[in-house]
Amino acid sequence: MHQTFNAAIELNLLHANQEGANHNRTHFDEWGITCLNLMSSPGAGKTVLLEKTLAALQDKLSMAVIEGDMTTELDADRLRQYNVPVIPINTGRSCHLDSKMVAGGIHTLKQEYDPETIDLVLVENVGNLVCPAEFEVGEHAKVALLSVTEGEDKPLKYPVMFQEADCLLISKIDLAPYLDIDLERIAQNVRQMNPDVKIIYVSAQTEVGLNLWFDWLLTQVQNNSLVTTT
Amino acid sequence: MHETDMTKALILTMKDWYESQPEKPQIEKIHLIVGQFTCVEPISLKFAFEIQTRNTFLEGVELIIKDVPLIAFCHSCQQEYKPQIGLQYSCPDCKSPMEDIRSGRELKIDHIEYSSLKKQVTSNLS
Repeated sequence: MHQTFNAAIELNLLHANQEGANHNRTHFDEWGITCLNLMSSPGAGKTVLLEKTLAALQDKLSMAVIEGDMTTELDADRLRQYNVPVIPINTGRSCHLDSKMVAGGIHTLKQEYDPETIDLVLVENVGNLVCPAEFEVGEHAKVALLSVTEGEDKPLKYPVMFQEADCLLISKIDLAPYLDIDLERIAQNVRQMNPDVKIIYVSAQTEVGLNLWFDWLLTQVQNNSLVTTT
Repeated sequence: MHETDMTKALILTMKDWYESQPEKPQIEKIHLIVGQFTCVEPISLKFAFEIQTRNTFLEGVELIIKDVPLIAFCHSCQQEYKPQIGLQYSCPDCKSPMEDIRSGRELKIDHIEYSSLKKQVTSNLS
């Protein structure tokens, strides 16, 4: 006799990734490290932003980069010039970093460097506006970049990424005069779903706005170390 | 194609459940709940599931996906509304931003249906 039964599972599909992310964050907290997850579409300017950040803040912070790149070390090579630990993670054919891959990076950080001396780990995710938004890696805050050439409708089309971001950098604003784009409209579109997001307009080329980004970053590190040491 | 990763997570969860059962049951249907405000496309998920479960204990199992709409609650108007994904997320009446999502972020295995009549199955999941 064929009889069917039901079993309740009620488990999130991302349960394993979330547990891994929490585990990574515990390591960061133990070492007094603030971790930020940088996400954007390919070519929005994550790597150049990191270059500017490493150059400008190297006297103020001890930094390391976990670099997600699908198959190459091109980005990692660019960042190594700044004499900070750069841990490349080749994601293979995966389109995002997950907490397990970042755990591998943390392991390397522990083996080859002294994590106790590091203040800030910047994770550069794979360029993609969709998948990285669903996979937490253990970060304390999410930073999204959107370049002005991508168009003001992108937050409406890829809402999860922009809804989750703690800070949004609207990049390449030096190009805005050459484009038919309304910068305020980008901000409005994001605020529809994320009213508290910190929005900073930047250009790595002219360095406009970078100081505001550095200030935000330093505040994150400060606030986080207050939380984790008390 | 993060649906591939989601499917891998789904298979691993089912494998844990399957192995915890004293008498290996025949899983017939898996019911998922997928919110519209997630980055998961049900059709891609079904396709990935079909391919990735070939020659495993889940081969031929039916994946049933319940789509859950995005519903937000506007605190100014004290009412729920359905944001128009891709167009507008703020409250249609007072234009307050979408702050309180009541549904649409779900991504979970809800329940499974199985029978106790065990067929000859081999699991080669590693």
